[in-house]
Amino acid sequence: MNEMPNLEQASDMTASKISAKKVQVYYGATHAIIDVDIEIQPRSVTAFIGPSGCGKSTFLRTLNRMNDTIDICRVEGSIKIDGEDIYDAKVDPVQLRAKVGMVFQKPNPFPKSIYDNVAYGPRIHGMARNKSQLDDIVVSSLQKAGLWEEVKNRLDEPGTGMSGGQQQRLCIARAIAVSPEVILMDEPCSALDPIATAKVEELIDELRENYTIVIVTHSMQQAARVSQRTAFFHLGILVEEGSTEDIFTNPKDKRTQDYITGRFG
Amino acid sequence: MSLFWLVVIVLAIAFVGYVAGRARALASAGGDMRDLHSLPSYYGANVAMKAAVPAFLILVLWLLVQPFVIHSNISGMIPEGSVGEGSSLGLVMAEVRRAAEGLDNAVATGQMTDDFARNARADFNDITTRLKEAGQIVTSQITQPIMRAAQSYRIMVSTGNLYMTIVVLLAAIAGGLWGIRETNAEFRARNTVERGIRVILFSAALIAVLTTLGIVLSLVFNTVEFFRLYPAMDFFFGLTWSPSFSGRGGSSELGILPLLWGTFYISFVALAVAVPIGLFAAVYLSEYAGPKVRAVAKPLLEILAGIPTIVYGLFALLTVGPLLLSAFGDNGLGIMKAGTAVMTAGLVMGVMLIPFVSSLSDDIINAVPQAMRDGSYGLGATKSETVKLVILPAALPGIVGAILLAASRAIGETMIVVLGAGAAARLSLNPFEAMTTVTAKIVSQLTGDADFASPVALVAFALGMTLFVVTLGLNIVALYIVRKYREQYD
Repeated sequence: MNEMPNLEQASDMTASKISAKKVQVYYGATHAIIDVDIEIQPRSVTAFIGPSGCGKSTFLRTLNRMNDTIDICRVEGSIKIDGEDIYDAKVDPVQLRAKVGMVFQKPNPFPKSIYDNVAYGPRIHGMARNKSQLDDIVVSSLQKAGLWEEVKNRLDEPGTGMSGGQQQRLCIARAIAVSPEVILMDEPCSALDPIATAKVEELIDELRENYTIVIVTHSMQQAARVSQRTAFFHLGILVEEGSTEDIFTNPKDKRTQDYITGRFG
Repeated sequence: MSLFWLVVIVLAIAFVGYVAGRARALASAGGDMRDLHSLPSYYGANVAMKAAVPAFLILVLWLLVQPFVIHSNISGMIPEGSVGEGSSLGLVMAEVRRAAEGLDNAVATGQMTDDFARNARADFNDITTRLKEAGQIVTSQITQPIMRAAQSYRIMVSTGNLYMTIVVLLAAIAGGLWGIRETNAEFRARNTVERGIRVILFSAALIAVLTTLGIVLSLVFNTVEFFRLYPAMDFFFGLTWSPSFSGRGGSSELGILPLLWGTFYISFVALAVAVPIGLFAAVYLSEYAGPKVRAVAKPLLEILAGIPTIVYGLFALLTVGPLLLSAFGDNGLGIMKAGTAVMTAGLVMGVMLIPFVSSLSDDIINAVPQAMRDGSYGLGATKSETVKLVILPAALPGIVGAILLAASRAIGETMIVVLGAGAAARLSLNPFEAMTTVTAKIVSQLTGDADFASPVALVAFALGMTLFVVTLGLNIVALYIVRKYREQYD
């Protein structure tokens, strides 16, 4: 967050934040992701859409090497963030994940207090020199996640006691607290009701100013609402990628058209 | 008729009922199975169930009740005066039972006619000698009231058994006939059998619970008996344990504190060994080990739990004790006098408890949702950070429960203590001294020629009761903790 936003609008002309080339993912013998090339723009929201099992979540998890925790998973090809290959032997996946945060499908706050949930990342990374700095990080993260007003009087209560929507925003605050550059969201609203979903979507739109966001979603309406760019996956292949408006109004590929018009998926 | 044959006959009736019920059902449907409400075997099972279950129920109840009825009848027959000085009705009744058994055996081996055994009134000296000659154990001269009581005891038992046989067989036959009578194509045998199975399963559960109750009651009665003979204050707060088997416990000092101290000291050493090792092993197995290592290591660790504790006791006596002695004994540091010590038993017991702690903790750690780990890894935490900050706190209640269960196991352990810790009841802080535990003392109080009327033997029940209360309390606390915090991460 120290670096100032260099350009106001993300466009195709700027250097991309994430650049994936010829990415293959195998689960044992299954070829789950085939030849995916994609450029993800900084300070924008990119949505991955596609039917279930199309590989969009799998691809998302390659971006912060979360697939490393699965034994049978193998990744080939190159994924560069800010020009640095994240699968290079020199890269520490633990450090990478501090830079590329993640929010999961189901809200998964730790069974700790709200404060400790947000302070978790800063503590393990030694980001605060003293208690008051840590307090500042926690407060500003909760503010950015739009949760501060709701929880400021009950920071000591367990994070698991909040509503689903609040829990998910707590998880976003937790991810923000380690100052990531990229935030990956794996169907962050699929376990939430419409009102909580609207709040999280609003939050995603605000976060776009400071972070590069990649969101996997089942809901095409959600992709249309929150994202600037959309990528459509089908059977492990990246079928089409472009500005959200183009994808939804003027898809080039027959499969994309069929999917967004609800003919399958 | 012996019990064995009675059971066999009831089973045979049930089997015949099964075949008959099945055949009758098929016949009532004109041989076409599809016209029956249920499969033919259900009709058979219904008949068999109705024949066997009530009959067995009556049998069990009869066997439980008959001794009580006979006992109360016979003890009414014994005149007050014949209960000697320093003796009790219980002892006289034991004498009666022995005499009756002696008569039974003498008749069975043909040394007495049944008639003689039933009606002999005259010469008790003669009967005593004849019983002794027949190789029966008769402790003293049989007196007239005892002989009378023994004779009616015999008669009551044999008539009781006869009636029991008749009633049980009648119940079996009546049940079978009832089952056969109601068998026809419309009868819902399947549903009836389902209900019957439910009842059978329920009674199995009931028996388990009632048995526990029975154990507790038997402990309670004997404990109360003990406290009538020995002051409770001296028992709970006495600092010395020195039972004297010679007198009637008059000179015995039966303070539980040295034994409780030994128990807790040894358990503490055992837990100090088992908890860290078991917990770390569980963390390794569930978080770090690959599937191959896990597939080998987990069963290997659990084999430890299958080793009989007497083998651990031998290990303590023959290996660990001498090993410790060579390090801390006279040739080493000089603080250990013999191989049997708190440390010896504690270390070995700790090894025994490792699989308990590790296996239970492993299950609990695995029950922590993967989402917790993902959340932590997603924030850039390493494995050990995730374990320390997320998984162990989330699993803590369960782990505490596992530790408490291991603790109650340690407190109840006997063989390792008997062989590894010595037999001296002692209040000492030195872990290299011999001490003993409550369980080991229960064994030594009850083995050998124990006279169950003296406090020296009855104290075993008070010890057992104390132990039972302590472990029960631990288990309740463990269950409470596990239950209270279980839903935390759901």
